[in-house]
Amino acid sequence: MKGLVRFTLNGAPVAVATEPLRRTLDLLRDDLGLTAAKEGCGEGECGACAVLLDGRLANACLLPAALLEGRSVLTLEGFRTTPRFAVLKECFEEAGAVQCGYCTPGMLLAAEALLSRNPHPSERDVRVGLSGNLCRCTGYAAILEAVLDAARKGEGLW
Amino acid sequence: MTVRVLRPATLAEALARLAESRCTVLAGGTDLLVRHRTAAGALPDLSGDVLLVGRLDALRGIARDGGALRVGAAATFAELLESPLVPDLWKEPFASVGSPAVRNVGTIGGNAANASPAGDSLPLLAALDGVLLLQSARGERMVPFRDFHLGPGRTALAPDELLVALRLPLLPHDRGVWWKVGPRRANAVSKLSFLGLAAVEDGIVRDARMALGAVAPTVVRVPQAETLLAGLRAVDVPAAADRVLALLSEAIRPIDDVRSTRAYRREVSLRLARRFLEEVLPR
Repeated sequence: MKGLVRFTLNGAPVAVATEPLRRTLDLLRDDLGLTAAKEGCGEGECGACAVLLDGRLANACLLPAALLEGRSVLTLEGFRTTPRFAVLKECFEEAGAVQCGYCTPGMLLAAEALLSRNPHPSERDVRVGLSGNLCRCTGYAAILEAVLDAARKGEGLW
Repeated sequence: MTVRVLRPATLAEALARLAESRCTVLAGGTDLLVRHRTAAGALPDLSGDVLLVGRLDALRGIARDGGALRVGAAATFAELLESPLVPDLWKEPFASVGSPAVRNVGTIGGNAANASPAGDSLPLLAALDGVLLLQSARGERMVPFRDFHLGPGRTALAPDELLVALRLPLLPHDRGVWWKVGPRRANAVSKLSFLGLAAVEDGIVRDARMALGAVAPTVVRVPQAETLLAGLRAVDVPAAADRVLALLSEAIRPIDDVRSTRAYRREVSLRLARRFLEEVLPR
């Protein structure tokens, strides 16, 4: 049975009528037309569906809509209007950290989640921060470089 | 099948619901949603009443309670890792659970209540002699962790009971290891795991604990093996390793499954125990 879930989505309050156990991933993509979060594995192993829930990384495929009540969700669509995104975008482009792009929204939000808590991460910190996100194209080295680069170039933003 | 999602505002309300009907308890959902996954775009195959407990105040928070920590059952692994009250030695197993996204949502109570033999916080709960607070509309009881798991997926929780908090003793361990063996550093279900904790004072082993994960239906601890170590000079532990390992070897019951084999689990878990005895304890 559908119910109303009220939460903040990309900075704006929303009230969505949905099945309470509908996956946030389906809610975002199919009901709200926000398609940056991708379905990879559907069981929390790949991170392609990552969103920020109250500023923390979460897998939208494992998040029933009912758990969004009263909370704040940021997807890449909301993040891409920020100066932090601009720096990450530039660094991802320069490092060649994007190939097919499927993992990229999740990688960018994982980077944002990491840098917002730890603005000066070591390489190991970045590896841990991105450890739940799989990329099958780049081999990761370019992504690591991009995030470390963004931490330097974005000094003061995080 | 219809499903009804219940969002109690208080613990009392949650317990009243549990007393009325059998509920599936959902805290973070990171395990439940995988187990009940269907297809993309479709609802998970949960039916009946689903009780959301992750936001209940009574299940949250990490606080000092005498010589122990009281950890709310809905405390997430990220909260445990960020808490200054949580000893560093405990943080190693917590940090190995899932990935950052899973640790941000997944809860320690969920890990305990799921009773997977491979749950990564369970060897620690066993090694610490943790005690679980179970509450129902009938009252409350404290259950030692060693009595909580009856087998894979089976716990001592009655249908109307809720795991509310964990009491984890703060012990003077000065060294410890957590070794998790899986196919990938993050998001791997453990093939097997080994946790060792010890307190060595003036060169004497005052206390040593070993807990072996995923090599039996529930976590394995062997009191005789730990008693054998207590009181030894740390430098003499390697000489006692074979006797300790023989006791551990007798106690474990590894199986063949999709993740690993009986032989591999046996071999590697005992090697990790040997490394703890020969390299970490005398250090």
